[in-house]
Amino acid sequence: MPFEVLVALRFLREGRIQTLLILSGIGVGVGVIVFLSALIGGLQDSLIERTLGTQAHVVVRAPEDVVRPVSESSPGLAVAPRLERPAQRLRSIVGWAQTLDLVRSLPGVRAAAPTVAGAAFALRGLANRSVALRGVEPASFRNIIDMAPRLTAGEFRVDATNAVLGVELASDLGVSVGDKFRLETPAGRSDVFLVAGIFDVGNKDLNERWVFVSLRSAQTLLDLSGGISTIELKVEKIFDAERAAGEIAARTGLQADSWMKLNRQLLVGLRSQSASSWMIQFFVVVAVALGIASVLVVSVVQKSREIGILKAMGTRTIQVVRIFLVQGAVLGLAGSILGSGIGAALSYFFASLATNPDGSPTFPVNLSPVLFLGAAAVATLTGLLAAVAPAERAASLDPADVIRYG
Amino acid sequence: MAEPLVVLDGLTKSFGTEIVTEVLHGIDLEVLPAEFTALVGPSGSGKSTLLNLLGLLDRPTSGRIVLAGRDTTPLTDDERSAVRGRTLGFVFQFHHLLPEFTALENVMMPMLAARGREEKGMRERALSLLEEIGLADRASYRATKLSGGQQQRVAVARALVLEPPLVLADEPTGNLDTESGAQVFELLRRVSALHRTAFLVVTHDERIAARCDRVLTMVDGRIRSDVRNGRP
Ligand SMILES: Nc1ncnc2c1ncn2[C@@H]1O[C@H](COP(=O)(O)OP(=O)(O)OP(=O)(O)O)[C@@H](O)[C@H]1O
Ligand SMILES: [Mg+2]
Repeated sequence: MPFEVLVALRFLREGRIQTLLILSGIGVGVGVIVFLSALIGGLQDSLIERTLGTQAHVVVRAPEDVVRPVSESSPGLAVAPRLERPAQRLRSIVGWAQTLDLVRSLPGVRAAAPTVAGAAFALRGLANRSVALRGVEPASFRNIIDMAPRLTAGEFRVDATNAVLGVELASDLGVSVGDKFRLETPAGRSDVFLVAGIFDVGNKDLNERWVFVSLRSAQTLLDLSGGISTIELKVEKIFDAERAAGEIAARTGLQADSWMKLNRQLLVGLRSQSASSWMIQFFVVVAVALGIASVLVVSVVQKSREIGILKAMGTRTIQVVRIFLVQGAVLGLAGSILGSGIGAALSYFFASLATNPDGSPTFPVNLSPVLFLGAAAVATLTGLLAAVAPAERAASLDPADVIRYG
Repeated sequence: MAEPLVVLDGLTKSFGTEIVTEVLHGIDLEVLPAEFTALVGPSGSGKSTLLNLLGLLDRPTSGRIVLAGRDTTPLTDDERSAVRGRTLGFVFQFHHLLPEFTALENVMMPMLAARGREEKGMRERALSLLEEIGLADRASYRATKLSGGQQQRVAVARALVLEPPLVLADEPTGNLDTESGAQVFELLRRVSALHRTAFLVVTHDERIAARCDRVLTMVDGRIRSDVRNGRP
């Protein structure tokens, strides 16, 4: 064992109470960091996952109709140009089959599905509900949003006669699996479907509004024969969605919106949550550093006799510096191991406080090895840096003073 | 006559910045190898100051210190540490052992500091020195668990472990009762003869001084007398 490490460890060991106190301090600090990171990380992961569970990563649709001045401007006559947005009607993506192939071939795109989306009414007896019609191919749509595990009754079967709707809508209409209901579009087309399945996506609004039918039925109802209104896709890495959307828009001239754009509020929220958690962690690190530094400063004073003896024996200045740097680093490292334990325990305790009916935690915590290694690295480095000033103080001690005054 | 181990040449030392007091006024001195010298004098005459300069723990205001043929004046602090480790051993009045370590570890410490880590043979060498001072059975005792006399004997072993040609001892028996003091002094004489180590021992004890090869008397920052007993 190097001389400096030997002396450093012995100094720490002899410091007993002092060493134990500062170790607990570092441990609590690192524990807070680990716990906060795990909690915020887990919370954010689960929020994003929940959001993306019912959304495509990127939605591609035909561009909106362009806005043009209504009145023609004639020379000599100054007329304030009046801009009037034309009513947006459902537009089909031109050459969608090729577009779909192109999108699927892009790197980073995991799956793509053609869909038709439009407004309609669901009717049964006296009940009349405004719904969002979603025409899908079950095979391709399963890779965008997997509805099968979210069904509370029946199966996800959509074809010429079968449709799938949400629990809230089903109760509004008073239907259950096997019952008939009618879908009617504002343009006046209508058809009768059998309820093949009922889903619950954990969102009342979507449970009230979504009605899944086959791509062909939707095309017929919405007057888009052979066309589709949207291509929905999933990407490999969710935070690549914005980039993928940009690339698709550039290559196809279509409008492509990522989940990040459609959920800007959520992302801003998550980001400021991250920022405040970083801020807390930063101040915890500062407090830990100050704690280590002050303990070592006191220890330099306490050990000034020993330092003088070491110097009189031929110990070089740099060796004295190292003795104290090693103490700082060892405190940081040992404290972070303790803190990882505390943080993990806190996290599991917190996760066990709030559980879903199925026993899974409401607030999942994300405890990864990277988190522990990161905490250890930060704490060790903090200890090392905090030890610099005390170490220099120790190095500048004059052995003659110490020996003179005992 | 043998080459002198130490040559002091016009050494002065002043303390203070605003009120400057000169404590040593031009000391000239030579110390020969294996010589056992007592340094006596009234309190405040500058004995410890001289020893600290000689031990490279402090720098002179003017004058030169030549140790083992090497002028130490132009050396940096780290070079002085290295010279100190190689050439000098210390025994202080307050038995300055490291309380965190055992007797054996304290004796090993100068070797560890010099080599950077424990090497083969270090432990054996420290043990044989402990045997020499009669404390082999206390090797694994904490320094703080030893009596004052025992601690001082361990400090002697530590001072000798790197085989320095010169050991400086500032009132090594000053803090001990008469019997342990005599014991430590006997030890110093014995190891000096055995290892051919020069000793410069500050003492207030007339009987101790009388039994040294040479007695230097300091008064008011000057060497008043320099008497060699017996040996020329
Ligand atoms: N660091 C210092 N600053 C100022 N004055 C000092 C310092 N060290 C020593 N002195 C003064 O130098 C003079 C000599 O002191 P020194 O300790 O060398 O005496 P000494 O001969 O060892 O005395 P004693 O027998 O009491 O140990 C004293 O007057 C002391 O006050
Ligand atoms: Mg003195």
